[in-house]
Amino acid sequence: MISLTINDKKIEIEEGLTLLKAADKAGIKIPTLCSHKALSPYGACRLCLVEISKNGGPPEIQASCTYPALEGLVVQTDSERVIKTRKIMIELLMARCPDSEEIKNLARELGVEKTRIKLKNKDCTLCGLCVRMCEERMGRAAISFSGRGPRREVTSPFGKPSDVCQACGACDFICPTGKIRLPEVSKNEPHPIPFEHNMGLNSRPAVYIPYPQAIPNKATIDDRYCVHMLRDECEICKEFCEADAIDYDQKEEKIDLKVGSVIFSPGYDIFNAGEKLEYGYLNYPNVVTALEFERILSTSGPYEGKVLRPSDKLAPKRIAFIQCVGSRDTERDYCSSICCMYATKEAIIAKEHAGKDLECDIFFMDLRAFGKGFDAYYERAKELGVKYIRCRPSSVEEIQNTKNLKINYVTDDGKRLTGKYDLVVLSVGIQPPELAKKLNSKFGIKLNEHGFCWTDTFRPVESSKEGIFVCGPFTEPKDIPETVTQAGGAASKVLSLLSEARGTLIKAKEYPPEKDVTGQSPRIGVFICHCGSNIAGVVNVPEVVEYAKTLPDVVYAENNLYTCSNDTQERIKDLIKEHNLNRVVVASCTPRTHEPLFRNTVREARLNSYLFEMANIRDQCSWVHMHEPEKATQKSKDLVRMAVSKVRLLEPLQRRKVSVNHSALVIGGGLSGISAAMEIAEQGYEVYLVEKEKQLGGNLRRIHFLLNGEKPQKQMAFLIERVKGNDKIHLYTDTKILNIEGFFGNFKTTIETGSAKQKTGSGSKKIEINHGVVIVATGAREYKPTEYLYGEDEKVMTQLELEKWLAASSEHKETGIDTRALKTVVMIQCVGSRDDERPYCSRVCCSEAVKNAIKIKEINPRANVFVLYRDMRTYGFRESYYTKARQMGVIFIRYEKDKKPEVAKQNGVLKVSLVDPILGMPVTINTNLLVLSAATIPHPKNKDLAQMLKIPLDQDNFFLEAHMKLRPVDFATEGVFLCGLAHSAKSIEESITQACGAAARASTILSKETIELEANISQVIDENCDGCAYCIDPCPYNAITLIEYMKDGAIKKTVEVDESACKGCGVCQATCPKIGIFVRGFKLEQISAMVNAALEVS
Amino acid sequence: MNNTGEKFEPLIIGFCCNWCSYAGADLAGTSRMQYPTNIRIIRVMCSGMIHPNLVIDALTKGADGVIICGCHPGDCHYLDGNLKAEKRADAIRLMLEDFGIEDERFRLEWVSASEGPKFAQVMTEFTETIKKLGPSPFKT
Repeated sequence: MISLTINDKKIEIEEGLTLLKAADKAGIKIPTLCSHKALSPYGACRLCLVEISKNGGPPEIQASCTYPALEGLVVQTDSERVIKTRKIMIELLMARCPDSEEIKNLARELGVEKTRIKLKNKDCTLCGLCVRMCEERMGRAAISFSGRGPRREVTSPFGKPSDVCQACGACDFICPTGKIRLPEVSKNEPHPIPFEHNMGLNSRPAVYIPYPQAIPNKATIDDRYCVHMLRDECEICKEFCEADAIDYDQKEEKIDLKVGSVIFSPGYDIFNAGEKLEYGYLNYPNVVTALEFERILSTSGPYEGKVLRPSDKLAPKRIAFIQCVGSRDTERDYCSSICCMYATKEAIIAKEHAGKDLECDIFFMDLRAFGKGFDAYYERAKELGVKYIRCRPSSVEEIQNTKNLKINYVTDDGKRLTGKYDLVVLSVGIQPPELAKKLNSKFGIKLNEHGFCWTDTFRPVESSKEGIFVCGPFTEPKDIPETVTQAGGAASKVLSLLSEARGTLIKAKEYPPEKDVTGQSPRIGVFICHCGSNIAGVVNVPEVVEYAKTLPDVVYAENNLYTCSNDTQERIKDLIKEHNLNRVVVASCTPRTHEPLFRNTVREARLNSYLFEMANIRDQCSWVHMHEPEKATQKSKDLVRMAVSKVRLLEPLQRRKVSVNHSALVIGGGLSGISAAMEIAEQGYEVYLVEKEKQLGGNLRRIHFLLNGEKPQKQMAFLIERVKGNDKIHLYTDTKILNIEGFFGNFKTTIETGSAKQKTGSGSKKIEINHGVVIVATGAREYKPTEYLYGEDEKVMTQLELEKWLAASSEHKETGIDTRALKTVVMIQCVGSRDDERPYCSRVCCSEAVKNAIKIKEINPRANVFVLYRDMRTYGFRESYYTKARQMGVIFIRYEKDKKPEVAKQNGVLKVSLVDPILGMPVTINTNLLVLSAATIPHPKNKDLAQMLKIPLDQDNFFLEAHMKLRPVDFATEGVFLCGLAHSAKSIEESITQACGAAARASTILSKETIELEANISQVIDENCDGCAYCIDPCPYNAITLIEYMKDGAIKKTVEVDESACKGCGVCQATCPKIGIFVRGFKLEQISAMVNAALEVS
Repeated sequence: MNNTGEKFEPLIIGFCCNWCSYAGADLAGTSRMQYPTNIRIIRVMCSGMIHPNLVIDALTKGADGVIICGCHPGDCHYLDGNLKAEKRADAIRLMLEDFGIEDERFRLEWVSASEGPKFAQVMTEFTETIKKLGPSPFKT
């Protein structure tokens, strides 16, 4: 180490550095143009001049980038002489290259706006960055200086493009004036690396973070392109990485794992749009796939979320979406299930980004909005002006000079039209993943006729190989909610299979004993994060640190490059000990992601984890005030002050541990309920299965055959036998739920069994059950139509009634009709669905109609079967049966929502009339039978259960999950899960999958011995509370009760908080007129302190 | 302009619920949505935990504006704390009248976790509104 003085500050620094580097390490910035961290010092630009004095000698001017830092040196970086000389230097540079933005910016920083020197209008400052870069780092020397004096310039040999050049572009990148242009110096074509995450719409460096949300969010080096990996040169990233994290020697490792089971979720491939030559994807730049358009719409995408088209980066005014590209064709007789909704979403977002004047037309065949809440979304898109055109266009043509696109199409009424668009988006379908074939050959996993993984209807997450489970679009194209659900289902199967080994690889984490800080005055440590340049690029972090040191009770403050990095965690722990800190503030990013980490850190340093507070100076300052650095710095100080003011008042809190009851209550004994019960029992937990009917099976009892010909009744009987024979399942049929109390981990439910006999006054029995979780599987029912003469004529029936008849016998008892003699059958879709009363789609009825239509045709091929529909929603593999039905001669006629078919009975004959939209003419069909595809409607008693469990219903009265996409089987209320038709209409395999998914989620609680309850909950101050009880009713969890107690011989009233039920929402605290109740960690005085700190008042 | 000739930069207190609005503010950050620097956010667990006194105190101690942000109706993490906040907002407005504070200085907004753009837009608009109103009459 040596010591020297820079700007009157004594500095200790390692030997061998230049003055410029030494000053930089000491936090003193010296302007420079020609020096670069990764390159040797050159001393060309002379901007880094400083005044030095050796051994008390007279001061002299030297370039700090080349001058060594020596013992005892006295340096001034900003003396008047230095500044004046520097100004001259920058004026010289400005005169030489007046157009360089980089030089202009530097000049501005030095307070120079204009040069007084005669302009030379050259485009090169001779800084030599490019030459050094090429020679020192790239080992090429493809460019060099040539000529002398005024003729000196940078050039490639003989001024011709060089073939030594590797076209890496580093010279071009580093040049401050834009003089170096790759095509002029290189014979070789540069190869930009397409950025995979943006579908190759833009390029990326060889060292890169794969995508913004990557986990871990760390950079990786692509050894296919990295100059160092390929040619042992460069190593610039190593020079720049302050965390010293670059390791070129990392090798791919092969790791052998011994596992008891495997889950395959290889995802899917996207249809190669180039295969559809007629849409011109390969030749027309403004024809993009939907995934490319998704990236275009993304703020982290190639155009930063601006809706632009690739050819000229101009904003399109008209966009067309073409559906079913690579789906529903002869080679791929399945529906990709997701494209209708993603196209709708992209159209809406495009209009949001570009303004409502942007026209979006979607060319489609059937709009398949069959998922929960999807039809409402589709309707909203139409309200927002998205236009839906029912036609599959045959081709796309490009208009040559404008690169606009022309789509010829035919409307419903036969009109031939041409649409002109600026951009065409192809809604490409889902294909089996490339890996599927490999998995098939290597593991013997059976694939289905479409090349996806084969699964059995009743085993929807199991592959054909025992112990190998599958999930995601690998088994069938599916949306996010179904994917997440199925992933849970596969996990549940593994939990069952490996239940004996559960927990054996887990090591419990232990913390050191907590330090008692009661009675100590606050000693606060403040850690302020640079977050690389994310914060420090805008906020003056050192200034905020200095400010923090002036705040009351702050005994230590410092800045960190990354406060969340491992080494900083260790540092924080050491500093807590060293300075005896008893409160910690971290000013960095959002507590929503990072609070748990820092709480853990302070806990490891023996501090209570609640003695911690964060100030979010990244998301609320540097990122949102990027162009106002001074104000952002001021705001950061304010936020730190607010956090400090709160942390001073924080108290240690203890999370209460409670034991978990390892049994589950499953409400509903239909397919979903019994599947969930079986799963949980097989995982090794007790299950109470409660069914209101006398027998199990629910709606499945009414399903007699499936599209693929399977007979589900046999499977059901088998399942029910297994449930009855499982000694972990306690079955209560003919039973209702009277009351549910408690909270996750410990519920107490009262059931009444044998209630049917209660009318006679005997036989019913009340039983109390203790359980840790609840699974709601209460099912749904078929709508009883009030339209189309249902109930008035026996020849009008629902699909389920028809199915029963088709399965049971040839002759229909009530009408005497023989199935073999059926001449004409008409089916009407969407009866009670997709109307004003029930705007949702019932999802299963299209497939149900196709199934029954095929059955009728199989019994009597000469029967005329008409299906009157609005959109055929035979999603996924159901599509091939729709194709089969049409091939068998089933006739599908579409009708509009406002032109519903009319049914009349004339002389004993049922007549169905409607307007055929293709013929444009009214059609009347005399029919033997009218079958109504009736809606799936929610159970009317859902409301009672919802209130009992404090769980929400959606607008259609089905149960509402915690998050539509990411938590599809959870409720926001912990410990309560959802599956089956109670969630929304779905098929057999979807119900079983969801039941398994719910079981997996339930086991996250059941598998724990204890659970920790949040400590930030309500607490009563008995001295302040007078028992006015204002807080009792507003409490959403019924956690507050009024109690009486004796004090000084008098009866006093107060309230009591059930700590297990309270979730800490604080509604009580805001309701209380007497400051008699508060939420720990969010006390009024704590929030007030923050307000006061913000206002700088007391 | 105030009498010292400086441009008026209001100081605004924002209470954001942890589950929706604070997350919306985070999203505005990760999406680099720019908005004025005037807002100071205080994170609370639920918009329903804000005692009316907190709002009145802030406004009478010199805040130029106060905004409460919560989840959209139906989205509340605590079932309906946001609706309780909405009811209290009516009471808060009556109290503001008594204190002679302009109604526009207090605002209640629903911002979901996915509404980064809305968060930025609301903050921009609210700052503009307060700028037009001028400094709080309680400002010392």
